[in-house]
Amino acid sequence: MTTITEFITALGRYGFLQSALLAAIMVGIMSGIIGAFIILRGMSLMGDAISHAVLPGVAIAYMLGINLLIGASVFGILAALLIGFVSTHSKLKTDTSIGIVFSAFYALGFILIAAAGSAVNLNHILFGNILAVADGDIMTTAIVLGLVLLFVVTFYKELQITSFDPVFAQTYGLKVQVIHYSLMLVLTLVTVSALQTVGIILVVAMLITPAATAFLWTNRLPVMLGLSAAIGAVSATVGLYLSYTFNWASGPAIVLVAALLFLLSFVLAPKQGFVRLKMRVTRPRPQKAGPGLADQEVL
Amino acid sequence: MLQVTDLTVAYDATPVFTDATVTFDAGKITGIIGPNGAGKSTLIKAALGLIKKQHGTATFNDRPLSDFKRRIAYVEQRKDLDLTFPISAFDVVLTGTYARLGLFNHPGREEKARAKAALEQVQLGAFAQRQIGNLSGGQLQRVFVARAIVQDADLIILDEPFVGIDLQSETTIMAILKQWQRAGKTIIIVHHDLNKVFQYFDDLVVMNHGIIDYGPVAQVYTAANITRAFSPDLSAVLFDRQEVAQ
Repeated sequence: MTTITEFITALGRYGFLQSALLAAIMVGIMSGIIGAFIILRGMSLMGDAISHAVLPGVAIAYMLGINLLIGASVFGILAALLIGFVSTHSKLKTDTSIGIVFSAFYALGFILIAAAGSAVNLNHILFGNILAVADGDIMTTAIVLGLVLLFVVTFYKELQITSFDPVFAQTYGLKVQVIHYSLMLVLTLVTVSALQTVGIILVVAMLITPAATAFLWTNRLPVMLGLSAAIGAVSATVGLYLSYTFNWASGPAIVLVAALLFLLSFVLAPKQGFVRLKMRVTRPRPQKAGPGLADQEVL
Repeated sequence: MLQVTDLTVAYDATPVFTDATVTFDAGKITGIIGPNGAGKSTLIKAALGLIKKQHGTATFNDRPLSDFKRRIAYVEQRKDLDLTFPISAFDVVLTGTYARLGLFNHPGREEKARAKAALEQVQLGAFAQRQIGNLSGGQLQRVFVARAIVQDADLIILDEPFVGIDLQSETTIMAILKQWQRAGKTIIIVHHDLNKVFQYFDDLVVMNHGIIDYGPVAQVYTAANITRAFSPDLSAVLFDRQEVAQ
């Protein structure tokens, strides 16, 4: 069994492992940050849908020999637009239109990949192949990470207010839909970057699990973003170590670490952790003060 | 002054109201009353451009209301709010500065000072850092009124601000509304409690799938209008009781 020291030695020796670790950490950070907004907007299912819907774009980009990000972005945005169109132009709820659109795109992606032939390894797209990260991939991932950070820092207050109170944002004239589709575009870029690390099927876990874990620990959005990014990066690092050591697939290894961190937080986190909720049940607090009394605190 | 003219809104085929025309004067607190489903909130949302209208216009001081977006403070009913959102009372109030900041600018020292002052004005200074889910209904409503203070709007619209809140919050909010009124702002309150109509409002709009009447409270709050908007029974109870009280 490889120990941690051996893993570190291997890191120093093998370029491919360094690239893998770097890519995994960058993907952990970007999906943690974007994922925080995805869960706060109640769009976890949308995150899953977009990450699957990029598949035909990836296949076409392979066929045409163009950058995967371009093909994926086109289909990611197309899926987001179609989902919006179906739910606003019918009586169907958004989750239903998400189900229809993303499964159709995913199915199309499978057929296109089969048509593309041996050039594409479907398994790698679905589950990731982090040990095959090339220098070019590192560069693309770094650019996407830069874009994500720039996007969130520049439009922090717009992302915050459209997530928290979209009606208010609309009243003062903010283009809520533009923010929504910009976020969807950034989400597709993150998805494609995460393809090689965790694969399409598990991208959603990297978006949601670290963000949900961070949510349990804090009541402040900036802290949640930082924490989510950190949890994403730690999961990626530990997952890669496990993947290298036990010869596990990298995607599932990373996702399981993230899930384990969530489980720990679910039990221990002070905000809405299981233990604290349990204690609250067994040791009831005094009756909640009525409105009149509550205000004694204020004055 | 907000002027709504010939406003028609329909969900599906049935119109909520057709050709609604009503004026809200500056320097007045105007209440909109009517039974549930009368179209009170719909009137406001359609005038603000938040929902689709079939036809009609909304103007503010004789110019399209859409030109004044940054001068409008709208406090909607809080029932759809995500109370678990990681945001503090202070940060909610701070969002009132966003409209004027525009894109690319972030709140600075001045904006933060204004948010702090507004929170103190609604007597929530001590609650600034509290996550909104840990506030009472009345405190939360005061937070949103503080946001409206920060917005420094000319047109202020509150949808059912007094539902499920304590008396002290109601009094604090009412005092701020009176200040806005003296400052010449246009204030509109969607309201359901008929008992406080005389105490709270200068003008009144009575609705039930359309405007039944509008104008000064003394002229509009009549047994005939309440009968048309609500029911003869309610009207009988209310107006009999008032005669006894007088």
